[in-house]
Amino acid sequence: MTPELGQLALILALLLALAQGVLPLIGAWRGNRALMAVARPAAAGQAVFVAMAFGILVWAFLHFDFSVRYVAENSNLELPWYYRIAAVWGAHEGSLLLWILILNVWTVALAAFSTKLPEVFAARVMAVMGLIAVGFLAFTLFTSDPFGRLLPMPGDGADLNPVLQDPGMTFHPPVLYMGYVGFSVAFAFSIAGLLGGEMEQAWVRWARPWTNIAWGFLTAGIVAGSWWAYAELGWGGWWFWDPVENASFMPWLVGLALIHAQAVTEKRGSLRAWTILLSIFAFSLSLLGTFLVRSGVLTSVHAFAADPRRGVFILAFLTIVVGGSLLLYALRAPKVAGGKPFTLLSRETVLLIGNLMFAVASAMVLLGTLFPLIGDAMHLGRISVGPPYFGFLFPLLMLPVVLLLPFGPFLRWGKGEASLLKPVLLRAGIAAAACAIVAVFFVDGKLKAIAGVAALVWLGAGVLLYALKRWREAPRGKRYPAELAGMLLAHLGVGVFVAGVLLTEALGVTSDVRMAPGQTQHIGGYDFRFDGVQRTTGPNWRADQGTITVTRDGHAVALMTPQKRTYPRGQVQTESAVDAGFFRDLYVALGEPMDAGNIEGAWSLRLYYKPFVRWIWGGGLLMMLGGFTCAADKRFRLKRITEGEPVSALHLQETRA
Amino acid sequence: MNRLLPLFGFLLLVTLFGFGIWWNTRHDPNAIPSPLINKPAPAFVLPELYDPAVKVSKADLLGKPYLLNVFASWCIECGVEHPVLQVEGPTLGVQLVGYNYKDAPADAKRWLAEHGNPYHLLLADQSGDTAINFGVYGAPESFLIDAKGVIRYKHIGPLTPGVIRRELKPAIAALSKEAQP
Repeated sequence: MTPELGQLALILALLLALAQGVLPLIGAWRGNRALMAVARPAAAGQAVFVAMAFGILVWAFLHFDFSVRYVAENSNLELPWYYRIAAVWGAHEGSLLLWILILNVWTVALAAFSTKLPEVFAARVMAVMGLIAVGFLAFTLFTSDPFGRLLPMPGDGADLNPVLQDPGMTFHPPVLYMGYVGFSVAFAFSIAGLLGGEMEQAWVRWARPWTNIAWGFLTAGIVAGSWWAYAELGWGGWWFWDPVENASFMPWLVGLALIHAQAVTEKRGSLRAWTILLSIFAFSLSLLGTFLVRSGVLTSVHAFAADPRRGVFILAFLTIVVGGSLLLYALRAPKVAGGKPFTLLSRETVLLIGNLMFAVASAMVLLGTLFPLIGDAMHLGRISVGPPYFGFLFPLLMLPVVLLLPFGPFLRWGKGEASLLKPVLLRAGIAAAACAIVAVFFVDGKLKAIAGVAALVWLGAGVLLYALKRWREAPRGKRYPAELAGMLLAHLGVGVFVAGVLLTEALGVTSDVRMAPGQTQHIGGYDFRFDGVQRTTGPNWRADQGTITVTRDGHAVALMTPQKRTYPRGQVQTESAVDAGFFRDLYVALGEPMDAGNIEGAWSLRLYYKPFVRWIWGGGLLMMLGGFTCAADKRFRLKRITEGEPVSALHLQETRA
Repeated sequence: MNRLLPLFGFLLLVTLFGFGIWWNTRHDPNAIPSPLINKPAPAFVLPELYDPAVKVSKADLLGKPYLLNVFASWCIECGVEHPVLQVEGPTLGVQLVGYNYKDAPADAKRWLAEHGNPYHLLLADQSGDTAINFGVYGAPESFLIDAKGVIRYKHIGPLTPGVIRRELKPAIAALSKEAQP
């Protein structure tokens, strides 16, 4: 009976979403305050019903209700309770429900914090959020019901994909979805702005913290995903340019451009149309990611089971949402290039260059991802372009960004002074060159590693010089407002990330070896001794577990126990062992026994020495922290806006409506 | 006009996606290449079927391209494929490596004795553990692996004369073309 209640809750949520999506729009159009006032209670009601449905699905998993098909397909009696909860979003239907739940979290937050917005504007924003929810709820109810029954009820279920049975997987999807869905807020602001026809700097200021937070979550989600792939897939890589990874990377890049474009628009009034376009793109690419993962149009390691009916539904939804907003953009986008003028040497120019690079990089990733599809369409066969394409073009596009990054903060809005840039160029340049020369002796002259050190020092020095300048010139207490501190953190993160990538790639050592018990391999200054394999068991798996003792110059460093697990339904999963460190990771994955019948004999092993690999994720986390810190700036609090800034246009719009 | 550009770009994308969905409904999902295509074949160490003391590893087979054909005596479709391999096998120009999948060695030997043995080399994967790394769904399946050990082509289901002519032989021809210059 309870699963049917879940379904009923979803139907009620859909009806409330319809009310939230349609009535406030009519209200804003006709100037009917009662209709506009529907938005908030409808959103709250919808959130309650969606949370109820989600709770019922969690309950079904916790209580082994295998009469629910989704539960039976993704869990079994042996699955520990924490993975039974994670199994809720382990496949298509449940992850869609999670998406909707998170959309409701954002909507409720928006409803709570937007009370100071002009009534008409807030009503339109809430309505757009409601319409997005309509699409996703209808998608769930019509094509992907998580509460469908399986009768007769089986005695035990199948299993959650063992790849997903990892702590990283419990929080990776929710965090990632917080990012994806968060872009819907900036999107809703843009659409509301376009509908009202008044592009005020004020709405961009309101949207900025939301965008920053969404982008921060997306960063965290991607970092978690990358770390999970590294630890769980047993290949030791951290990024594969897989279609699904690209699907999360594209909105990230556009979101990055959007954050910077919003800063320009908010402070100077320029780039308004571009900011609107980027907010539409950021959310569209989030939807596109959903489409790519769930339609089966592209093959990927992460793809959910494909169903053409679902593909058609999302494509239709995508067409309506994105096509509709782009049409609206074409009709209503600000005709005049507003804002204050700027010269070639100005902060606007460098931000524009950065924006251009991010947008082009995103288009490049999109093209590369869709290449197999284009190949089909042109009868060239399925061609994947893969890492060579991305690995060449992406660094090329990011090179100007890294080179220009230290100068950005030193340039003034409108018209910068070249005389201010010279000392930056000299100091950061000399520091980077000096460190690079020192590095030559430590990295055997490997070019990539030297470039990594130079990039870190170049970007780090840029951040430090600007922090010093603020320390000297700004009055106490106003030296580092959150917005500025966030920027510095994120820019430092870029340096740490770039250094991590280049150093790992240049200095990492991979070795596929056959080892008999007692044998030792020498890799990256460490001695790996293989002490044989034993059987072991866990809550829902049995495994062959190898023991590798790592020493350096005779001192014990780590005891590593990689496993090859077998799950109840026969799936085999490699569980690599990682000894993490600030400067290096040691990584061991168990291959195959040389003799299938004798696990105590020799095995094939994969050993890695990965210097600075943590810096890749460390850099990502710094960027995330930067995004969150920025969002906390007092300037973005709604109260302040009414004080001096011109919001007259919105008042005007209100009276007109 | 400029402002319509994003819309046109998007409509182009929608057309492409629509095509993608249509293409997938028209084409056998088996035709979707495995993610392993153009990736190195997974490492394996398997006993020879007729002489289990002899262990064959991936490294042993490097240097020359070969067709890895997954089969089993319990597999009905393999019986359909077998005569085709008998006839076409010698004309392929690459080694034919039989991959006996989840099969009792005695059954496999009896089956080969009965139907003939088109293979140059036979590997036995009785547990089916290694096949998981190849992403084997079931028998029969065939993998074309080049001299460097990279999977270049994969076919799920029995090889028919048509499939061999249209897909496998062009793939092999592409390999030898690469090898020449």
